[in-house]
Amino acid sequence: MEHVRAFFAAERGDDGKAVGTSLARSDALGHVTGQTQFYADRQFPGMLHLKMVRSPHDHARIRSIDTSEAEKLPGVVRVITHKDVPANVYTILRLIQVEPNDEPVLAEDKVRFKGEQIVAILAESEAIAREAVAKVKVDYEVLPAVFDVEEALEPGAPLVNEYHGNNYFTYEGHHCRRVRHGNVEKGFAEADHVIEERYQSSPIEHAPVETTGCIVVPEANGRLTCYSNTQALFFTLDNAGLILNVPFQKLRLIGGTVGGGFGGKVDVITEPVAMLAAMLTGRPVKYAYSREEEMQVSSPRAAERIYIKDGVMNDGRIVARQVRLYVDAGAYSRHSPYGTTKASAHMPGPYTIPNVSVDAHCVYTNRTPSSAMRGFGVTIGDFALEVQMDKLARLVGMDPIAFRIRNAYRDGDMKAHGELTKGAALVETMQAAAQLAGWPLSAEDTAASSMKAGG
Amino acid sequence: MAKARGRGVAAVNYPTGMNLGGDPSQALVHATTTGNFVVSLSSTDLGQGLKTVMTQICAEAIGVPPEMVIIDTADTDTGPHCMGTFASRGTHRIGNAIIMAAKEARKVLMDVAADELEVSADDLETDGKGAIHVKGVPSRSIPVFEVALAAHFKHGKTVSGRGIFMQTRSFPDPETGKMVPATTYAHACTIAEVEVDTETGEVEVLSLKSAYEVGHALNPKMVEQQIVGGAWMGMSHALYETTEPYYPDRAHGPLDFNEYLMPGPGDVPAMEGVILERPSQDGPFGAKGVGEMTANSPIPAIANAIFDAVGIRVDSLPITPEKVLRGILAQAASPQPAE
Repeated sequence: MEHVRAFFAAERGDDGKAVGTSLARSDALGHVTGQTQFYADRQFPGMLHLKMVRSPHDHARIRSIDTSEAEKLPGVVRVITHKDVPANVYTILRLIQVEPNDEPVLAEDKVRFKGEQIVAILAESEAIAREAVAKVKVDYEVLPAVFDVEEALEPGAPLVNEYHGNNYFTYEGHHCRRVRHGNVEKGFAEADHVIEERYQSSPIEHAPVETTGCIVVPEANGRLTCYSNTQALFFTLDNAGLILNVPFQKLRLIGGTVGGGFGGKVDVITEPVAMLAAMLTGRPVKYAYSREEEMQVSSPRAAERIYIKDGVMNDGRIVARQVRLYVDAGAYSRHSPYGTTKASAHMPGPYTIPNVSVDAHCVYTNRTPSSAMRGFGVTIGDFALEVQMDKLARLVGMDPIAFRIRNAYRDGDMKAHGELTKGAALVETMQAAAQLAGWPLSAEDTAASSMKAGG
Repeated sequence: MAKARGRGVAAVNYPTGMNLGGDPSQALVHATTTGNFVVSLSSTDLGQGLKTVMTQICAEAIGVPPEMVIIDTADTDTGPHCMGTFASRGTHRIGNAIIMAAKEARKVLMDVAADELEVSADDLETDGKGAIHVKGVPSRSIPVFEVALAAHFKHGKTVSGRGIFMQTRSFPDPETGKMVPATTYAHACTIAEVEVDTETGEVEVLSLKSAYEVGHALNPKMVEQQIVGGAWMGMSHALYETTEPYYPDRAHGPLDFNEYLMPGPGDVPAMEGVILERPSQDGPFGAKGVGEMTANSPIPAIANAIFDAVGIRVDSLPITPEKVLRGILAQAASPQPAE
């Protein structure tokens, strides 16, 4: 790939001696020769295997749980239910004051999505643990479920998560995260054309080569060492300490080598249960997702539904953009309240539009909770925005790149979230891509710059 | 029945960091008596090369070769706090923390070297190869290794430094959404070329031609690695991947890689890219976060190219052959002017 040095040359110093050079990745040879040690390569004498009894229903009340047959199976060491978890209900982002706690580590009286964890089995082997899982009897009363974000917001929809009281996350008294800039109604009234379009995505799996998991070892000094492939050691440590009601200094997380994260390993699911299991049994415990669990139980990228209503002039200027955005959080918050705010901040895209209104809803449904994934709050928004830009360009009869350059943000422009643009480079990436692909641009567009205010 | 070709474009930006949560990370740097510099972190390398970039940043800031830098991560007993590896924050946040720590360590290093060479520290410079010499007089030099030994055994000093990057948390205004969601933004534009089989609805991506503006590319080959991997993921999101193929219906959820479809190496198109660098004002040596963004621009570019090819808008992801074919059949049944 060519590094084009002509753009922004005046702002750039020379490369250093160590930065700006292509030093070989330190872990590459270990990865490709199989020498790299991942958490699962560690072996400990007496290690137990943890397997989970999971909900077969999308939404159900739990009438009773009978683990007696499972406990009788030779090789089963311990069975753990919510009664064993010191502080069972949590939410990951309470560490940054997101409220309320809305998710049980192990289900109590209800399950809210298919695959929700209910009972942990600890056994001498994976095979025995699986066999015991099948012997746990849970008596369910199946409840009506809701799967569509807009249906979930209608009056009378089944209530997914009682901790919220509504099927949405509340942002400082509002049912959605709001962005308000200018006056969109005035903008629509002045526009030559007004169009509204609907975009939809489906949940997407991170699909790491290495599934999520950990091994916890109880140490002779009374502390717990957790070998994990988490992307965020202290997120895990702090949440686990709160769930287990043990001082943080009793816990140690060792990680740092991950076989693919993409945001899927920012959740805190396997470690607290495995730590509890190690505390209760005094033995090392491994809790690793199977591929099936990774696919259907671990958090995917949220499905999003996005409505974009635009007012555009015949000369190509967008004068108003109204966005209604619904993030399908699934049954629990995890990181979705944050991602929804990030999605609202990303609107209306890298374009300067004088009138913008955004309502970004974080909605609870009876599906696998979604959470962070590469491009969190942005990727699906970009799909909607950039297909919309293509439609608008065709509507006013402009070349799609010329149309974008007309509206692209420049240094000094005011963004919808009230911040001045700095360091913009959208125009230049379009010019460089057009040149690479042989896409003709006018002399005016070829001369355009992100460093001049306007647009 | 035929194959139709089309071309589509998309342009995006991407925010660096997690400003809305408060975003600190720390680094500690110290020289051992081997002459190596150890950078203690609790940050995770996801396989993207975090440890390598941190090595380069520390080496540059101290003025030693990368072979003299050891990254010690990730252990909560020995590494200072890091929020985690996400939100395209690693290079920017942790890199800034390392620079701060490295500068403090370098100050001690140069002071001790000055005592050893009997000159003022202001008159010394590092050569980036493991030695310190008097400016303009390369022959009056001392190896960094010997300075580290002297600091410990003769001067009683630790060649060490502490660093933190703290992004103050931004709280959005509940009424207007006024906020500072990120520190800096990277940019990308992709032009996709596709071929659509009008009999099957299958889409083949022929090429992805992109420009990426990434701030200072601290390791150009690793930037390219992110770009190729990200574009592959973007193409996969556009055309293949979902855990719920008939969302919001929960049926037909895939359980393994036989059912969860992704493009294989044979499906990956020709990729051409150019890299632009507008240094970020607050990034380590001008760097921005680039990892996440690279997946984003190919998705709408491919969607727009499909419309250009066959006049069908599929506004829901993934754009499966079934959806494209249904669109083509519906268009044939009731011909409408495009849009």
